[in-house]
Amino acid sequence: MAILEIQNLTKSFGKTEVLKGVSFSMEEGEVVSIIGSSGSGKTTLLRCANFLERADSGQIYLDGELFFDGADNKKISATELRQKQLNFGLVFQDFNLFPQYNVIDNVMLAPMLLAKEREDYKQNKKEIEQEIRKNAEDILERVGLSEKLHSYPCELSGGQKQRVSIARALALKPRVLFFDEPTSALDPELTGEILKVIRKLAEEHVTMVIVTHEIAFAQGVSDKIVFMADGVVVEEGPPEELIENPKEERTRHFLQKMNEK
Amino acid sequence: MEFQSIVSSLFEGFYVNCFIFAMTLLMALPLGLIISFGSMAKFKPIKWLTKTFVWIIRGTPLMLQLFVVMYAPGILFEIPINSRMTAVLIAFVINYAAYFSEIFRGGIESIPKGQYEACQVLGMTKMQAFFKVVLFQVIKRIVAPISNEVITLVKDTSLARVISVAEIIMCAERFTKKGLIWPLFSTGIYFLIFNGVLTLLFGYIEKKLDYYKG
Repeated sequence: MAILEIQNLTKSFGKTEVLKGVSFSMEEGEVVSIIGSSGSGKTTLLRCANFLERADSGQIYLDGELFFDGADNKKISATELRQKQLNFGLVFQDFNLFPQYNVIDNVMLAPMLLAKEREDYKQNKKEIEQEIRKNAEDILERVGLSEKLHSYPCELSGGQKQRVSIARALALKPRVLFFDEPTSALDPELTGEILKVIRKLAEEHVTMVIVTHEIAFAQGVSDKIVFMADGVVVEEGPPEELIENPKEERTRHFLQKMNEK
Repeated sequence: MEFQSIVSSLFEGFYVNCFIFAMTLLMALPLGLIISFGSMAKFKPIKWLTKTFVWIIRGTPLMLQLFVVMYAPGILFEIPINSRMTAVLIAFVINYAAYFSEIFRGGIESIPKGQYEACQVLGMTKMQAFFKVVLFQVIKRIVAPISNEVITLVKDTSLARVISVAEIIMCAERFTKKGLIWPLFSTGIYFLIFNGVLTLLFGYIEKKLDYYKG
């Protein structure tokens, strides 16, 4: 069964229709890359899936269960929204780290706040905190930042910041981790370290959806590539097929343009 | 008259200034934060009501506000205000809260939207996002304008004398009437020293908050 299924998602901002009915699905442990030119709706799709925007219509299913229904006009309560949100993680293009906290605190903040809501928090305060710290340290080690636990974001390079932001998202153990152009805000020589981390996560079978402009990377890491243009999915398929043998003219055109760069 | 008794009389007066200063700060800062939420409210009537309130308070002299708080309740509703100090504190707290609210609003609105969005996708409530992530960054950004207001407040406390609250300048004027001018001039020293200490304190706070950039 698909872990995530998106059906006919639409979203307009004023008169501009950004998503015109986007559908795709993915299995647990898969990596899906979404490619397409700027303005094709990739980022909006991610923001809708993460409830940063409310889609106008369409459905999102998680593990086959209706998770979001655009037709349902009832306002989702803040508590319910939070519960849903925690199934997903999102890595932003420009990191959005909390500048006043050091690396380990950036990663620990959200899990600590969640832990405080647990009924057994008061009795097992110390153990819980230790567990969260251990988990945060493990994750930071996975992204290669064991040396930087007590640095502040302003002391890190862009690549390191993005790795902290990946660790911060992973700390909440999301079912699906979304990346919104994770290397676009980075200098070209720093993109490699992020792509390496994502590749490693793919090997560990973290379920990921990656919006990216790095075609070669997408080809290497993904189980499936989705090509979007003008608010619709034009073509999707396994990377070798879609990149080497695109069926649609628009896909071909886009890949050609990317190649010329 | 003896030098010592004049100085101690001035100290008594300055104690009143310090009291007005401390109480105003204590109450106007949190009230200012609440007013700033009002002026950023999505619900339009609250927003415009708050904005009008801030406009009136910032648009009229504090001296006039002191008179209004002191005498208007008695004249309009026949409930005279029971103590002059209460009137002073009400006028000062409202006036400074209005100014602080604008500083808070500017600070809060300067925090990038991405900070809130990061909190949201990490499952934080709006309260947690504000108090655990945003507020601290706001404080760092507003230390300088707040310190400006606070220093102005120290000097404004002497306005209390217009409704006969015996602050330092009013105390000094009693000696002027007896032909001694230096006590009045010397009050400047009290303000200077107090503000000097505050300047150092704010410099220290700024330095403490300088451990990160952004």
